[in-house]
Amino acid sequence: MSVATGEQSNSLFKPERGLFHARRRIAVYLSVGLTTIFAGAAILFLSYFVFYVAREGIQYINLDFFTQEPPLSNSGGGGIVTALEGSLVMLVIASIIGIPLGMAVGIYLAEFGRGRLADVVRFLVDTLTGLPTIVFGLFIWVLIVAPTRTFSGLAGGLALSIIMVPTVARATEEVLRLVPGSLREASIALGGTESRTILRVVVPAARSGIITGMLLALARVAGETAPLLMTSLGNNFFIPVDQLNITNTPLDAVPLRIFIFTLSPFPVQQHQAFAAALILLVLVIVTSLLVRLATGGFKERGR
Amino acid sequence: MSVPAAETQRAIEIEVRNLNAWYGTAQALFDINLTVQRQSVTAFIGPSGCGKSTFIRCLNRMHEEIAGAHAEGTVLVDGTNIYGRALSPIQVRRHIGMVFQQPNPLPTKSIYDNAVIGARLNGMIQGRASADEVVERSLRGAALWDEVKDRLQAPSISLSGGQQQRLCIARALAVEPEVILMDEPCSALDPIATLQIEDLIKELEKRYTVVIVTHNMQQASRVAETTAFFFQGRLIEVGATTKLFSHPDNKQTEDYITGRFG
Repeated sequence: MSVATGEQSNSLFKPERGLFHARRRIAVYLSVGLTTIFAGAAILFLSYFVFYVAREGIQYINLDFFTQEPPLSNSGGGGIVTALEGSLVMLVIASIIGIPLGMAVGIYLAEFGRGRLADVVRFLVDTLTGLPTIVFGLFIWVLIVAPTRTFSGLAGGLALSIIMVPTVARATEEVLRLVPGSLREASIALGGTESRTILRVVVPAARSGIITGMLLALARVAGETAPLLMTSLGNNFFIPVDQLNITNTPLDAVPLRIFIFTLSPFPVQQHQAFAAALILLVLVIVTSLLVRLATGGFKERGR
Repeated sequence: MSVPAAETQRAIEIEVRNLNAWYGTAQALFDINLTVQRQSVTAFIGPSGCGKSTFIRCLNRMHEEIAGAHAEGTVLVDGTNIYGRALSPIQVRRHIGMVFQQPNPLPTKSIYDNAVIGARLNGMIQGRASADEVVERSLRGAALWDEVKDRLQAPSISLSGGQQQRLCIARALAVEPEVILMDEPCSALDPIATLQIEDLIKELEKRYTVVIVTHNMQQASRVAETTAFFFQGRLIEVGATTKLFSHPDNKQTEDYITGRFG
């Protein structure tokens, strides 16, 4: 008998043999291997997507692209300043209305939401989250555009704001539920009222999660096209900011502009669609990076 | 001219009469009658599930914050029934502070903000100077000032467990309560940190009425003047700590403190 086998049979740790251990090892390799492959595929696909958009569009990005009105011909010149202005205006309107409203609904659902009313609200919020966004556009068209007989930036911003509400509400509700009960308890034991506990202790504790939720909602509506078609319509002409009336002037938006460029028969404008898409992509990425830095910063300093 | 009562004999701060408490339909406390002396430390001991934590939470109406839980009976604090209709639980808790088992500082806030949050929640802060003063006073009161005075803006979670617990005590002191309830304040802490908290409790006794729930009988005998033994939701025996641990009147108390069960 060899020394090695003698050692093994005396050892506490016997070699793992047999079908059970073989199956277990295969399962480990398979699960690690498959998840790695799929993760790699997802990353590859996403990077190719970004790369493709960049390759098609980057040569058309120059100073003019940010400062000029859209080209009326196939000359290839011009820019999307109208779309940048319109998107900015409408996103600000959407944020001012949609974020507080969504947060209020989320706080209600997480902190007070018991009984039938809360169930109804939760059901509605879930339904709204899944509703095609063009329906929101239609809603605003009926409610505002038709009675006022004009497309406007305000109508577009309002449509986007309602789209934000369910997303912000759900995100707020979910992160508030994650705040440990011990923090609520601490505040209540200090003589804090329910409202002060929520506003000064619970919501600040969930701050970074709430901001992430807002950002997701903002990123989502920044790319919305359909609801804007019937609310803000689009505009080829730049309106100086001081002459801008959001209640009666149709406004352009980046996704709208992409849509219009893609419909164009001219290859030049099709490339400009990619350039605009690239700008949208970069804007969304940069915003989310900035917010991550701003909200994660506090935790980093804490260590 | 009469001498103030507090100087001749210890006035009663808390008087509990026929207190019963439930979680849903399960009764957790049965007819508790007990008095707690002013400016002293009273310890509640007993095996797990005996109702000692439930009871201490009844003393500032935190018990009812648990869904489905409620309590009935009379708890007179300085002569006023805190379960009376005239008082809100909010008012009660402003006068009766609480420290929990797990240190629970607000993790996203600084040491400074943690120390001042209770006072802010109660609208006691006007202006920066007032806040600074509250922070220093309460941190000194919790024997934490010297350790953190140079890093008040550091996050609360950068402190050690024992420091976090003392921060929670400071937070309670900032509201200027008369009574401080501590629900196993040392059970998540190491022996050194435990010792610091116990020293602090002896210090607090001079100005506050302290009630402490503890698993640790040695701790009760170290810090408490009066000890109450709970078992199966009933108050079995209450008396001077030295007597209760040396000559308990009750057989169950004796079995518990001699380690025959629990």
